[in-house]
Amino acid sequence: MVEETISKKYSEQKMRCPVHLSIGQEIAPSILSLFTEKKDKCISTHRCHAHYLSKGGNLDKMIAEIYGKKTGCSKGYGGSMHLIDIKKGFMGTSAIVGSSIPLSIGMGLNIKLKGSKNISICYFGEGAREEGAFIESVNLAIVKELPVLFFCENNYYSVYTSIDQRQPKNASYNKILSNLGMKTFYSRGKNFDDMYIKIKNAYNFVKKKRLPCYLEIDCYRNVEHCGPYNDDHLGYRNKEDFKKWKNIDLIRNLEKFILKSKNSNSKLIKKIRENNKYKIDKAFYFADKSAKPNPSDAFLNLFK
Amino acid sequence: MKNNFANFINKTISLSMSMNKNVICFGLGVTDPKGVFGTTLNLQKKFGSARVFDAPASENSLTGMSIGASMLGTIPILNHQRLDFALLSLDQIINNAAKWHYLYGGQINIPITIRMITGRGWGQGPTHSQNLQALFTHIPGLKVVMPSLIDDLPTLLLSSIFDKNPVIFIENRWLHFSETKKKFKPSIRNLPYHRKISSGKNITIICYSYMTIEVLKASKILKKEFRVDVEIIDLVCLSPIKEKILIDSIKKTKNLLLVDTSYITGSFSSNLLAKLSKLDFEHKPQILAMPDFPEPTSSFMTKYFYNNYISVINKTLDTLKIKKRYKVNQNNHIHDKPVDYYMGPF
Repeated sequence: MVEETISKKYSEQKMRCPVHLSIGQEIAPSILSLFTEKKDKCISTHRCHAHYLSKGGNLDKMIAEIYGKKTGCSKGYGGSMHLIDIKKGFMGTSAIVGSSIPLSIGMGLNIKLKGSKNISICYFGEGAREEGAFIESVNLAIVKELPVLFFCENNYYSVYTSIDQRQPKNASYNKILSNLGMKTFYSRGKNFDDMYIKIKNAYNFVKKKRLPCYLEIDCYRNVEHCGPYNDDHLGYRNKEDFKKWKNIDLIRNLEKFILKSKNSNSKLIKKIRENNKYKIDKAFYFADKSAKPNPSDAFLNLFK
Repeated sequence: MKNNFANFINKTISLSMSMNKNVICFGLGVTDPKGVFGTTLNLQKKFGSARVFDAPASENSLTGMSIGASMLGTIPILNHQRLDFALLSLDQIINNAAKWHYLYGGQINIPITIRMITGRGWGQGPTHSQNLQALFTHIPGLKVVMPSLIDDLPTLLLSSIFDKNPVIFIENRWLHFSETKKKFKPSIRNLPYHRKISSGKNITIICYSYMTIEVLKASKILKKEFRVDVEIIDLVCLSPIKEKILIDSIKKTKNLLLVDTSYITGSFSSNLLAKLSKLDFEHKPQILAMPDFPEPTSSFMTKYFYNNYISVINKTLDTLKIKKRYKVNQNNHIHDKPVDYYMGPF
């Protein structure tokens, strides 16, 4: 709902930065949020809205950041691709593919050195597996025994380029990484129960064993790579796939399941929607009314 | 007892680790029998394998690991045996280390120190001798320092380790051999700082890293044989720059020579000269730098490749429009070793 509102209001030209929407990819981080604690440290990518919100990131500050306002979570310096909420353990995001992965092993190292019980979580897309930073970091995490959950969201496209042009057909990173000595989990993203169990097990593995783990889930980005609209007219994605994924939309299916299981649940869902709408309207109002940064603020915050 | 530059690095890292338990030290070769030219020897024995450890040849991810750990309070010292290897980590240095504080509106800082060593002579060749400091000084958000004199080294390194920002610490390998009888007594200073290491009235020479040693040697001969009185400013910190000390000196001497350790095109010194060109000069200021060629490997080809005190003297005379030249027979001069007892291999 948050991103649908971003999408709706983008043409107002008040959000003057690229936006990479997570619509279609929200369910996995939502499930992970059922297990994570505030103290767990999380790092993510350019497509970070769902990760930020699921880690408890402040919605008002996120929208204000996209509006480029002083009250934004990064005070306007970051924009949609650079969200942060330190209090909630969301430590930032990188807009360079694969670049945030090494930071997550650093957070894992700090956690290990301090002897704390929390873990480091690293979200990335399947495109990041093509970067050297990925293989370097999983290697280091295994050798140094770091508590890092490598969370790969495979949406099959790197911008407009499909996975079969970029990676060997039928390559299994789960196999590759388990051969290296890392615990792995994989969910095809078509069944809620399966995804729930895999995410729960992966999180618990890192938490209890204090070792790295690789979790891959398949998903589908419903809107364009960057921007608020659909881009299916470009013809780079298979129409059949689009239909297929629309049918297995886990959020809609979950909603149907909840509605079916108990009559009174329809009221509950309605209430949740109303509550969300209120929060979203409030966040956009906050962002719109918030103070702008001064042009001279561009020359602050270079060094501490 | 005499101490050398490499011992002082070792002692300074050791001191920082006893001062603050969050300091960690790692990199390829840190715990091997040679311990990065002796600079990291015995540290693991003293501080344990959790805080001092060897690492895979993954420069990029090791840098990212330092950044991620530092975000949560760790103070990492990352070691590279050659600057040229650290080029594999430019993404992490430029896109993350230099940006994180700014990107998030000052909420997070990255207190890491990255040691990079540059070779000189003894067949170091095109990819083991590059002085690419200009690459790093080009990036806002990085502090770039290059030690030169051993008396200042411990303070510079300790100040870098405890600086709250990313510091690129570039050491010339030849400096590792410089010695002192002075006691090891570092303090912590705010970075950046620059040092006037000799006062003079005819010309200001701005130099840094190993070339400061050659400039000092040159200044003695310039005074004795040519009556040229040189004021030397050892930059120590290349980025950011505090211009005042430089401007004050140039206003006094009215003449300027910049001595660089790298290729002239796009060099640090050409940029600094552009900044200082607003001042009035008696004679046109000049830069003494390396030619726009990689360093060849063969010692036959490096014979006259590097600048030394002789080229500093002659460039100074040229800048001041003095026609005389300093000539010594360099045929028997051993040009590719830092000290007589050096026997290689790297």
